[in-house]
Amino acid sequence: MYRYDRIDQQMIDERVAQYRDQIARNLAGEISDDELRPLRLQNGLYIQRHGPMLRIAIPYGALAAAQLRKLAEISRRYDRSIGHFTTRQNMQLNWPKFEETPEILGELATVEMHAVQTSGNCVRNITTDPFAGVAPDELTDPRPYCEVLRQWSTFHPEFAFLPRKFKIAVTAATDDRAVIRAHDVGLEIVRNADGEIGARVFAGGGMGRTPVIGKVVREFLPRRHLLSYLDALLRVYNRYGRRDNIYKARIKILVNALGIEEFARQVEAEWEHLEDGPTTLTDAEFDRIARHFAPPAYESLPGDDTAFAAAVASDKAFAAWVKRCVHPHKVPGYAAITLSLKAPGAAPGDITDQQMEVVADLADRYSFGELRVTHEQNVVLADVRRRDLFDLWQIARANRLATANIGLLTDMICCPGGDLCSLANARSVPIADAINQKFDDLDYVHDIGDLSVNISGCMNSCGHHHVANIGILGVDKNGEEWYQITVGGQQGNATAIGKVIGPSFYAEEVPPVIEALIDVYVEQRSASERFIDTFERIGLEPFKQRAYAGHEKHKPARSAAEQVSAEAQVQHV
Amino acid sequence: MSKVIKNERIVEDHWQVVKLAEGQTPETLDLTGEVLIVPLAVWLARKDEIITRSKPIGVWLDGNEGPEAIAGDLEHFALIAVNFPKFTDGRGFSIARLLRERYAYRGEIRAIGDVLRDQLYFMKRCGFDSYAVREDKDIEKALAGLRAFSESYQAAVDQPQPLFRRRSA
Repeated sequence: MYRYDRIDQQMIDERVAQYRDQIARNLAGEISDDELRPLRLQNGLYIQRHGPMLRIAIPYGALAAAQLRKLAEISRRYDRSIGHFTTRQNMQLNWPKFEETPEILGELATVEMHAVQTSGNCVRNITTDPFAGVAPDELTDPRPYCEVLRQWSTFHPEFAFLPRKFKIAVTAATDDRAVIRAHDVGLEIVRNADGEIGARVFAGGGMGRTPVIGKVVREFLPRRHLLSYLDALLRVYNRYGRRDNIYKARIKILVNALGIEEFARQVEAEWEHLEDGPTTLTDAEFDRIARHFAPPAYESLPGDDTAFAAAVASDKAFAAWVKRCVHPHKVPGYAAITLSLKAPGAAPGDITDQQMEVVADLADRYSFGELRVTHEQNVVLADVRRRDLFDLWQIARANRLATANIGLLTDMICCPGGDLCSLANARSVPIADAINQKFDDLDYVHDIGDLSVNISGCMNSCGHHHVANIGILGVDKNGEEWYQITVGGQQGNATAIGKVIGPSFYAEEVPPVIEALIDVYVEQRSASERFIDTFERIGLEPFKQRAYAGHEKHKPARSAAEQVSAEAQVQHV
Repeated sequence: MSKVIKNERIVEDHWQVVKLAEGQTPETLDLTGEVLIVPLAVWLARKDEIITRSKPIGVWLDGNEGPEAIAGDLEHFALIAVNFPKFTDGRGFSIARLLRERYAYRGEIRAIGDVLRDQLYFMKRCGFDSYAVREDKDIEKALAGLRAFSESYQAAVDQPQPLFRRRSA
């Protein structure tokens, strides 16, 4: 993984000093709360329902074991011994003290970490494929691109106060596992007909209150032009994106207003002036960064391990885990594995300090000392010998990290929701918990198969409900929590926005409605169909009818109050 | 007379930013002052008249006003001010870079409006060289904001080479 040199470290140290001074000036009354807000947000600090929340950056989800141990230590010393992984592959601490946040950032800097630009109207943490570097279907390792972008975006002088936040995701694989089409900019690393490497650039995607699938703004951008082209694109957005209405300020609104062709034309016109300028990426720099991601010292191993095969054959629970949590690896004898943070009763994405220590130990022992955070809020160990899988599984299982549910119904993406977040209209974790209780038969969950159920506590869509096969959105109607259900969304190459099935439900109605939707699938599926395949074949109507059977009392259209309260949300706190 | 930061020092300043009052048109604005920074609309409407005054003149651009509008007039300005309606409005950063990098303006570029210490470093990087720090703030203390970082990754006006072209050197 990327390691800081003296200059990288100096910049992060200076950032801590700057932030420490800003907090001190705020406490001394020299800088108002309003003036501090964007500054603290760009250091990850929100003021939440119960107090501050600190969002720590995990660039493209990559962590060293030592960094995770530091996070465990910080969570013990400054928080309640728990961290929460987010859909931007970051970690949130929900109970830090405002005055102690400079100390936390100082601690993070000792392990080359920070909270830079994890919030605010700036370029946020770059995200990517959690199987980067090991996925058999990838063209190349996307992480050097991510690090190039991290450095370019860090303290970018022109783009620190954009109209709104700006999210970039990168994939270099055949299957997109980074949801690049639901990002402000998505980069798909490809080769052109001449064999040159570069990016297909998507722009204007995003979730939030107006979900939009990104469109191709440039079919092929040679690698060397990546940064100057993004400078041009961001400049067009910075100058012409709307600033009069926070809900219409994302780049997707500008792209839709101009049309993708006109937007692309404006970006190209701007880029004409920047093309081949000093920001043109050099091969030497790319290679310098790529060397940090050189493959670890893999052993020469047979593709099949007999002891592993025997364990799969003899242990049903292990076999179930292997089926869901072990993923192919490009090197024979190795596998990538996902440690599920979706155990029954646990808040999705939460990890205790003890679990952090265990994961760090597992990484050191079995995966070259590194791990990745996934946007689905789990943890990946990317380089495990197949012969070690059984031992690893036993340790993971003893620490509630081996629930065999990756990609299944109970592997829910879920935001912290109304229990903690002051933006939320409704709680989300108790809904996840109730669904977990309803579907407590793991065999049945396995039988249902691939199914994404995502929960967001408000329109900001941190829980990615729009791109879930079944999406659950918390809405507020006259101070009551209601939940709107969507069906048919998906992530990946065929990214689609789910369709609303109808009026919202009470919290206690959600699990039976999910069950009704799944019943439709189970009754109608052909042998090899996933939920989403059946949905695409039979359409929304059968699901809609079953969901509302016996619920006629909720048939009235969405109330005006629901609309109003959704509009009344505040984005930044 | 007020104080501004100019070339990283605090200096007395005589420039007067002129704004159109409610109901006032560019045509009716009083231009008798000595060193005026006029709104873009006034410059565009009364360019010839202003040039014949043969006094130093400045123009100010609001966030929604691009440098394109004065690209052919730059030789006439002793100063171009860029207004930050709110410190969170980042359009002025792009405007300053364009003035320097695209239109090669070498005169003074001044940040006016909601100009605060914690944005000065980025302003400097984008080509500003003077700062009318908001009046209720301590301009002496604000000076420190210019030196928040000793190195940066990106190419910009203050350092035209990105770090990656200098790193190996």
